[in-house]
Amino acid sequence: MFTEPDTSIKADASLRGLPYSGLTPVRSSRPKGNLVKVAEATRPAPDWVPEMEAVRDRKDQRAFKALFGHFAPRVKAFLMKGGASADIAEDVAQEVMATLWRKAHLFDPARASVSTWVFTIARNKRIDLIRKERRPEPEDLPWGPEAEPDQDEALALQEDCERLGEALAALPEKQKDLIRRAYFGDLTHREIAEQTGLPLGTIKSRIRLALDRLRHAMG
Amino acid sequence: MTTQIRHHLTDDLLMAYSAGSLPEAFSLVVASHVSMCDECRARLAGFDAVGGSVMEAMEVADMSEEAFGATLALIAANEDAEPAPAPRTGLFPAPLRDWIGGDVDTIVWRGVGGGVSQAVIQTRGPETVRLLRIPGGTAVPDHGHGGTELTMVLQGAFRDETDRFAAGDVECADEDMTHTPVAEPGPDCICLAATDSRLQFTGLLPRIAGRIMGI
Repeated sequence: MFTEPDTSIKADASLRGLPYSGLTPVRSSRPKGNLVKVAEATRPAPDWVPEMEAVRDRKDQRAFKALFGHFAPRVKAFLMKGGASADIAEDVAQEVMATLWRKAHLFDPARASVSTWVFTIARNKRIDLIRKERRPEPEDLPWGPEAEPDQDEALALQEDCERLGEALAALPEKQKDLIRRAYFGDLTHREIAEQTGLPLGTIKSRIRLALDRLRHAMG
Repeated sequence: MTTQIRHHLTDDLLMAYSAGSLPEAFSLVVASHVSMCDECRARLAGFDAVGGSVMEAMEVADMSEEAFGATLALIAANEDAEPAPAPRTGLFPAPLRDWIGGDVDTIVWRGVGGGVSQAVIQTRGPETVRLLRIPGGTAVPDHGHGGTELTMVLQGAFRDETDRFAAGDVECADEDMTHTPVAEPGPDCICLAATDSRLQFTGLLPRIAGRIMGI
């Protein structure tokens, strides 16, 4: 699934801060033979799920390097927007990526996109290492062997997340800026109170169904 | 466990929790409710997805040349997979149990009058969070709020002027509200309540027992 030779070169390029030309996107539900052709024809943004699964299932360092090349500079920028110095943001971004590796077995593409997963790890590290606070996390619902998420479900969620990204990008600049600042950790709870009404219904319903199926499988 | 929950978290609380800007006291109630409520878990996942979109759309800040190697070294130094938190075993949802370091049997209750007891949980910041234990059929003394009060029922049920709240339900009361929750007859009603200023019990009590309590 993972297109190895291609990846390492491009990941290296992005590590040096060159424009990232994109990994050949590998959609898990597409027939193998068509992969490259489809991807080159339409060039949808890669969803990074195959790389994340390669890290999860095979501790694949090449896949990890590709993830690092894409996400570490974003995590660093994200932390700096939240007020961290470049040095601290660099160190914490490394911690975030190391945690991505260590928590790979908990990644579930039916419940989160890879960028969402990276965001939640970065947010938690910001609270823990920069703000020096504790973050109580909800009890997790691990997928049991009988509840293995099916690929269509995972693909559908990835597409929902992509559409959410497009919807957010299309918001008026002022509102977009407020949302970004909220997630950088710049707004208080009271300031956030005005930011509801985001287009989250589809993702919520999708995840709700996945959770219902999981509850059912757990008996 | 999740089907009978009728009162949920508000969007602004979920978004603030997702953004990581909710104070510890409130985060503890949010994490506890989400542990028991798949509806709010799914809504929270939606807000997390917004964070994912923000992350994906970030401009980049170049990492240093050594960054990747340094990260591999971090991994090599501690390759243990991070386990998921252990699931709930007693009355308390896992995040509350883990925060306190024990379940309800480890709580040291202090009376606040009228048969009601409390135990303040230590958190950072001016907000407070406490466990309240109200004997069945008893009213919590009248109290106003300086700000928001977020109350989650862990055991039993209470009613106030607005509705009935049972295990798993949360009530979000704002500063204008003075309410008198009454525990339903039956077992003690145990709640987890966060406020962004100290609770003011009107009349009955000169002051609440100090914030630092041995739990």
